[in-house]
Order: sequence, then structure tokens, then C-alpha cells
Amino acid sequence: MFKGNFIQNLPKIYGTYTGGFFVFIILMAIAEQAGVSAKNIGVMFVAFTVLIYAMIGYLSRTIQVDAYYVAGRQVPTVFNGMATAADWMSGASFVALAGGVYFGGYTYMAFLVGWTGGYVLVATLMAPYLRKFGCYTVPDFIGTRYGGNLVRACSVFVLFIASFTYVTAQINATGTIASRALGIPFEAGVWVGLISILICSMLGGMRAVTWTQVAQYIVLIVAYLIPVFWISNKVGGGVFPHLMLGDEVARLGELEQQFGLVKNSAADMKAAGVPGGLKYISGSHSGVPEGGMAVWKYLSLAICMMVGTASLPHILMRYFTTPTVRAARKSVAWSLFFIFLLYSSAPMLATLSKLALMDPNLPTGIIGKSISDVQSIEWVQRWSEVKQVFIADFNGDGILQLNEWFMRGDVVVLATPEVAGLPFVISGLVFAGGMAAAMSTADGLVLAISNALSHDIYYKIIDPKADTAKRLLVARVLLVIIGAAGAYIASFRLTSILGSVAWAFDFAMSGLFFPLVLGVWWKRATRAGAIAGIMTGILSGLFYLLWVYPKFSVPIFGGVNTPFLGIDHLRFGLIGAPVCLVVMVVVSLMTKEPDAATQKMVDDTRIPTGKAILGRQH
Amino acid sequence: MSNKDAYWNKTKNHMIVTLVLWAFFSLVIFMFGSELNTMSFLGYPLAYYMTAQGSLLAFVVMLFWTANKQEKIDEEHGYSEREED
Repeated sequence: MFKGNFIQNLPKIYGTYTGGFFVFIILMAIAEQAGVSAKNIGVMFVAFTVLIYAMIGYLSRTIQVDAYYVAGRQVPTVFNGMATAADWMSGASFVALAGGVYFGGYTYMAFLVGWTGGYVLVATLMAPYLRKFGCYTVPDFIGTRYGGNLVRACSVFVLFIASFTYVTAQINATGTIASRALGIPFEAGVWVGLISILICSMLGGMRAVTWTQVAQYIVLIVAYLIPVFWISNKVGGGVFPHLMLGDEVARLGELEQQFGLVKNSAADMKAAGVPGGLKYISGSHSGVPEGGMAVWKYLSLAICMMVGTASLPHILMRYFTTPTVRAARKSVAWSLFFIFLLYSSAPMLATLSKLALMDPNLPTGIIGKSISDVQSIEWVQRWSEVKQVFIADFNGDGILQLNEWFMRGDVVVLATPEVAGLPFVISGLVFAGGMAAAMSTADGLVLAISNALSHDIYYKIIDPKADTAKRLLVARVLLVIIGAAGAYIASFRLTSILGSVAWAFDFAMSGLFFPLVLGVWWKRATRAGAIAGIMTGILSGLFYLLWVYPKFSVPIFGGVNTPFLGIDHLRFGLIGAPVCLVVMVVVSLMTKEPDAATQKMVDDTRIPTGKAILGRQH
Repeated sequence: MSNKDAYWNKTKNHMIVTLVLWAFFSLVIFMFGSELNTMSFLGYPLAYYMTAQGSLLAFVVMLFWTANKQEKIDEEHGYSEREED
């Protein structure tokens, strides 16, 4: 069917795949017309796409070390960009981002800037140099640059904490989506999610994950953009919402004035029995909060997310797979372009969704209507049953006020197509997209952890004489163990205790950012400096988190502590990273400068041409 | 100064320029959020537009620009990679 090798045929293969996916959507639309139930359409969407990923995973199986760890370093720029975008955009980005903007408005959007701006740091400070270095994993770079098993083990420790925090949340998301789409209990959904994740990664490691992530990106971006454009056209938002929602944003400002932004007291909400995790609108959509503290809150969150992005191993390792240093740089740009397509759409979806519910002139509007009317709407009933939306008539006037309507953030993405009256095939598509987003990130994370354990701990420290077959066997066994551990923890629904995915960013920035940057940009950085920096950084960050987060501080310190300078549990990297920097610089200057061989290694890392520091197979 | 050092100096300066632009679009403009929001762009309040879309787009453009510029620096100093495929 195709001439030439696999890589040359990629555009054709994925072009055919995308066409096939559209045909599948059309078939589902026809099936819906023919009377197939909404539930079955949801099942078919998820089952079909997961089956395709599993097939790609199987076809990409390998017995070579460099294919398993870095996809043979032959992933073309644009495709690596797509894979990174899928790796990056988690189930949370897909289902929760628009909801976050919906409730948080301007302030929440610091996350958007943070989660995109970080790529500028990746491209300028890290990616090209790590690619030149030729490492398999992030600790592989730190272990070789600074030399020694201890520094290698320290960086694996940070990687483990950061990535594992993140992976439980992702498996949790796969479980939620699988359970909703397939109509099975959450606990079973988690294990279905895990098996799907493992099928994609176990046989082919990075190679299999790369090619499934490209396929998952295509599904998730189609699933996100079709509803946004459709809804926009349906509610009169304009053909191209990104450029045309100015009036709608202004209208939301008017409606906020009209209904008033009221803050509910915690006691009222408790008395009314508002289910946990549901939120209401109490802040302005586009208005900037006044005051220096509000500005600092915005900036500090953006800084943590940006620096954290540039330190997350599962993202950095994607750039180890390109053929050249030059391709690694371009690939970062493509990654951000593909991420931008979704991230710039989330605020538009939030705007449209908010307007659909708030504007009394629209048929979909519910705020300001009588509560009994709202309660008889079909989608309100369906989502109330599963405790995703809730109505509390605080003032007892029988009219739904803005502060009396509670909703889970995910509902913005999952229910808006329904609210706007789109056919169910779109909701099925959204489920498939959410599943793709959660699976692709979980895949990348599980692989990042198990690769670090198998390559850096097992092969480099425990058994350097292991042969290829044994190394890959250990890598696969660890992959299953890490995945199962993540699923086991996720099945307890501990995520409300584990807190936010933002923690992963803070952990990574506390322990890895400066050791990575200084490893390339400061020749004087020494092994002792790196060890001291990594450990003090991560431990001070961790200690501050325990101190500042009420769920930990109450049992440990016997009370709630006021955040220092507004640095709360989402921003604890602002404690860890500076500690890491200062300790690393001071200890480095106190110890003897690195030997000539290490200095030459850094020199070679800085230049795109010439041999990699680490061999192709190592 | 050796070719290597000259190359690294240029690369460093280029890194600094990129990071200044980065800091401008990610941090500096949001220090003046309230002031910016009194202006508008495409009908959106400006600070809202920048955080929802504008800065994100600036980062994308910046990354393509910075990669191309770095490739030119590579070429000038003879560190351009051979296309292997």
C-alpha cells in the first residue's frame, strides 16, 4: 500500500487515520439517527478509539534498547510536536480547563499563560542541549553531567515524587471517563483505564507511546474543536469564536452586574447540602481583580507553572526522540502550536457555556428563571442525579440566582454540547477525546517513572552488566508495577487528599529545574552542589507544603498556618526552587571545580554538531 | 576568542533576548492588568485577551522565531547539522 519506510509514510498513515476517524464520526451520527441509544454510542466511541491505540501499541513493539527508551531517535519534528501536545494535555486539561476558566475567570487564566510560557524555557534552556547529550532519561543527564550514583539517585527521587503525584490524577481521570462512557463503576473504570494504558506502552516503550500519542492528539483536538465551533455558530457567537466573542464577553460583564456576584457563606452551603467539588460563579469573567496581592497571586502561579513545565521529565524526554538538535528546537515550537489550538479554545468554550446558561434572552438560559422550570429540564435532571449539578434556593424566592446554581467544572466540557442542543454523537466524541487526553498523559508519565527506575536505578546502579533482554524485561515489569500502584491509589479516590496536579509542577521545579539549567549553563556547578541543591530544594518544598496545606498542617502542626507572602499549596515551588538555587551555587563554589573531562563534556553539549556525550546504545 | 566561544556568546545573548521577550509577555504585562483592561482588542478587554489568547500566541511565534535565529547562528559558525534523513 505504501512505498518507502514507515517514517516517510507518516503523513499518509495519519492522514488516512484522521479520515477514517471522521468516517467513524459520520457513521455514529447515522447510527444515532437510526435509533441507537446514546449510551451505546458512547461505548462505541471509547471502545473503537482505545482499540486503535492498542493496535498501534502492538505494531510498535520492539526489542531494541534505543527504540524502547527514545523511539530510535527518528521521530520527525511535527509528529513529535503532536505527541508532546498529547503527552502534555492531560485529562484535567481536556475536561477541567474550560471549567476552571468558567469559575475562576481572569485569575484562573494564569494557568493558561503558565502552561504555555513554560515551553519558551524548555526551548531555550533545556531541550536542544539534553538532545545533544544523548541521554535516555532526565536522571541520565544529571547522573552523567555531575557524575556518580548518588546524584543520579537523588534526581530519580524527585522525578518519582513529581511524576507519581501527577499519574494518580491521570489514572483517576481515565477511570472517571471510562466509567461514565461505559456505564461501569469507577473502581472498575480505573482498571479498564490502566489496562488500556499498559497495552499502549508495554510492548514498545517510547516508540509505541509516541505513535499512540500522535493518534490520541488527533482524536482529542477534533473532539475539542468541533463542539466549540459548532456551539459558537449555534448560539450566534460567530463563525470563528476565537476572534469574535468580544461582544459576548462584554455581555457577560453586564449580566454579572445584573445578577450580582454574591459570595455564599460556608455555613449556608453546608446547610443546603451542596455536594463536594461543586462550584458557583462568584468572580468576574474578564475583570482584573484590584490590588498588589491579586497581581502577585497571578504572577506567582504563572511562574510556578512555567518553571514546573520546564522541569517535568515526561515532557523533556519527548525531545530526546528527535533525529537532530535542530529538530528538537523546532519540535518544541510545534508542540506549543498544537497545545495552543486547545488552550486558546478553552476560554472561548467557557464564555459560550456561561452565556448559554446566564443570558435570559437565550432559550438555554437558566439563571433568573423559576427553579421548578429549571429542575424539569432534561439535562439538569440527568446531571443532578449523578450529583454534578445542584440547586440551592438560599433566599427562598423560587428564582434561580447566580449564586444558587452549583456545578462541577467538568460539566462545562461534558455537558455544554447537550445544553446547546447538539446531537449526542458530539457528546460521545467528547468522551473519546477526554479518554485520549487522560491516557496519553498517563502513558508518558508511567513510562517516565519506569524508565528512570529501570535505566538509572537498575541498569546504571544495581546491575550494569545486564544484557538487553534483561534490561527490557525489567523495564516492562516496572511499567506494570508503577501503573498498577497508580491505579490502586486512584481507586481509593484519594485525589481529594492528594490535592492538585499543580503539585507535580512545584515538586519538579523544586528539585530539578536548577540542576538541569546549571548543568548546561554553568560549568562550575559541581556534584556536591547538585546533590545538596536537589535534596534541599525538594525537601524544603515538601516541608513547606506540609506546613501550608490545611489537610496536612492540622494533624502535623496542630493548626492552619497563614501562607507566607501568599505562597499557598499551589505555589510551594517558589520556596523549593530558590532554596535549590542558592544551596547549589554556594556548595558548588565551596567545592573544587569540575575536572577537565566534565568541562569538556559541557562544552560539547553546547554545540549541536559532533558526537553525542552518551552513545546511541548505552 | 575561539570559534566555539564566539558561538556560545552569541547563543547566550540570543537566549537572553528570548527570555526578555518571554518575561514581557508572561509577567510584565500582567503587572498592569487593570490598566490594560481599560483598552480593548478585537472587542475584548486587553488583559483578558492577552491571558486567554494573546500571550499564548506570542509564545508560539517566539518559539519559531527563536529556533530559526538559532539555526542561523549555528550556520555562521559551522555548527549546522547535516540532515540525516
